[in-house]
Amino acid sequence: MKYFRLVLANLGRHRLRTVLTILSVALALFLFASLRSVTTTLAATAQFGGARRLVTTNATGLVFPLPLAYGNRIKALPGVTGLSWANWFGGKYGDGKRFFANFAVDAESYLKIYPEIVLPADQRDAFLKDRTGALIGKRLLSQFGWKLGQNVTLQGTIFPGDWTFTVDGVYTPTDPAIGDDVLIFHHDYFDERIGRAGIAGWYIVEIDDVSHAPAVAKSIDDLFRNSSSPTKTGTEREFQATFATMWGNVSFLMSTIGLAVVFAILLVTANAMMMSARERTGEIAVLKTIGFSDRLLFALVMVEAGVMALTGAVLGLGGAKLFYPAINFNGLGFLPGFTVAPSTLIIGALVAIGLMLASGLAPALRAARLPIVQALRHVE
Amino acid sequence: MALVEIRDVYKSFQRDTQRIDVFTGLTLDIDAGSFTALMGPSGSGKSTLLNLIAGLDKPTRGTVRVGGEAVSEMSASQLAAWRARHIGFVFQSFNLLPVLTAYQNVELPLLLTRLSGKERNERVKIALDVVGLADRADHYPRQLSGGQEQRTAIARAIVADPTVMLLDEPTGQLDAKSSQEVLALLQRLNSEFTKTIIIVTHDAHAAERAKMVLHLEKGDLIEKPRATAAALR
Repeated sequence: MKYFRLVLANLGRHRLRTVLTILSVALALFLFASLRSVTTTLAATAQFGGARRLVTTNATGLVFPLPLAYGNRIKALPGVTGLSWANWFGGKYGDGKRFFANFAVDAESYLKIYPEIVLPADQRDAFLKDRTGALIGKRLLSQFGWKLGQNVTLQGTIFPGDWTFTVDGVYTPTDPAIGDDVLIFHHDYFDERIGRAGIAGWYIVEIDDVSHAPAVAKSIDDLFRNSSSPTKTGTEREFQATFATMWGNVSFLMSTIGLAVVFAILLVTANAMMMSARERTGEIAVLKTIGFSDRLLFALVMVEAGVMALTGAVLGLGGAKLFYPAINFNGLGFLPGFTVAPSTLIIGALVAIGLMLASGLAPALRAARLPIVQALRHVE
Repeated sequence: MALVEIRDVYKSFQRDTQRIDVFTGLTLDIDAGSFTALMGPSGSGKSTLLNLIAGLDKPTRGTVRVGGEAVSEMSASQLAAWRARHIGFVFQSFNLLPVLTAYQNVELPLLLTRLSGKERNERVKIALDVVGLADRADHYPRQLSGGQEQRTAIARAIVADPTVMLLDEPTGQLDAKSSQEVLALLQRLNSEFTKTIIIVTHDAHAAERAKMVLHLEKGDLIEKPRATAAALR
């Protein structure tokens, strides 16, 4: 502890440089934590899905609907214990700058099949009874300042017109991957407004046993193989993964460019830290003359590098951990449940330790090995 | 008995392809409690001799003993610990750490001891008081005059109560008045506190303050140690 004052005094030698170096480390690690969190959030979303839930979509592509009439035929298959369906609506609110997902669902079966959507019983009943009612995630409440019982009008983009819904309930997802910024409303009302087209975007199929998933999926697809709308059935996890893979290249690009930027910042930082130690050749020689051992001087220079790297790490990683929840960040709805995972913090801390070693080791070894007489001749 | 014993010491440096012999069999004794001035032209080996006594450098051959300990045979870590206990070194250009106050600079050698914070505080205050800078404890080197800086450096050199004080041109960068103050201080440390002092200097006036003068030329003692008027006082 008695030596720590010496470390602090050295850090205070060029205060601006020390502050800028620490901020560089903090920025690099903040960027690192942010970019890695995009990847981990996408990966977590891809992992979402009840083991007993399958999703059936149009084999041609997700944007093509399936006939609503498929529902009863799927429900009749062996191993199927529950069924619901949903349709992407794509409505926008106000100027549409703040995007959120909204879709029409078969309300009763949907809430039954997704126990992760939790809301008070009275609100649930009110929603089920109200044909033009809507259920919203708690984030939308704060984001738009909506209130329970308020009428909310969306402008349809795929299905034109003004669509007014009453906010009957506010749900809290127990799994962050389900998103807390989604608006769902009754499929029946949707179907009526679009002229009884009888379409469903996708079906969610609940099965009796996880081990039956491949067989049930095959029997569903076999059932409609020769129809005008053949299906593609897979586990809900596979379904989520298709969304995640749409991000795949973007995620890879962000990670690669981001890590390159982080690496460049770290190199500059390491150089600044090494330069700071190099400037003190004479002082190190004086300390050696006084009796400071090679080992002690090595430790002092390493501690100095460590204080800078770890302060930067606390600011950068801690900042990322606190910043995103504080602004309720969810990547405009594309990154539900965005969070800086503990693994990211651990890797970030390891990066900081690596930085400390990279920037501290060379000057610390140099200080320890410095021949006193030559160094003093340089000073004197 | 001699405090510093230099026996048949050889020291040579390699500069590019040229070998420079500084000492070729130097033998010398310096007594405990003495105040010795090493004089001689540039390149005569004065500073090299000081470095050998301080254990900052090693002889090519021969033995350097201080207080009975063979300095020339110690390892780097042993030397560091030995210097902390036995050597107080003062440089021509003061070499105070600019980021530390006078107090903190003086405290540096004590950080290497097992003394408590309170004990360190007492010792630093005494050392600063002896050099007449008790009221400058919180000043940084840039806030001190050259003479005050050198007196702080002397306080740093005496604070751990070393066996011997080594000073390399301590008045080389000072004006006449500050030089006199520093030299008077050294005389006092020698007479009142019986500190053994070895000083390298070009300045004849400075050498007159010492009790003994050694003249070096090309690594040899060119005349026998000579007592000065100060020794007779």
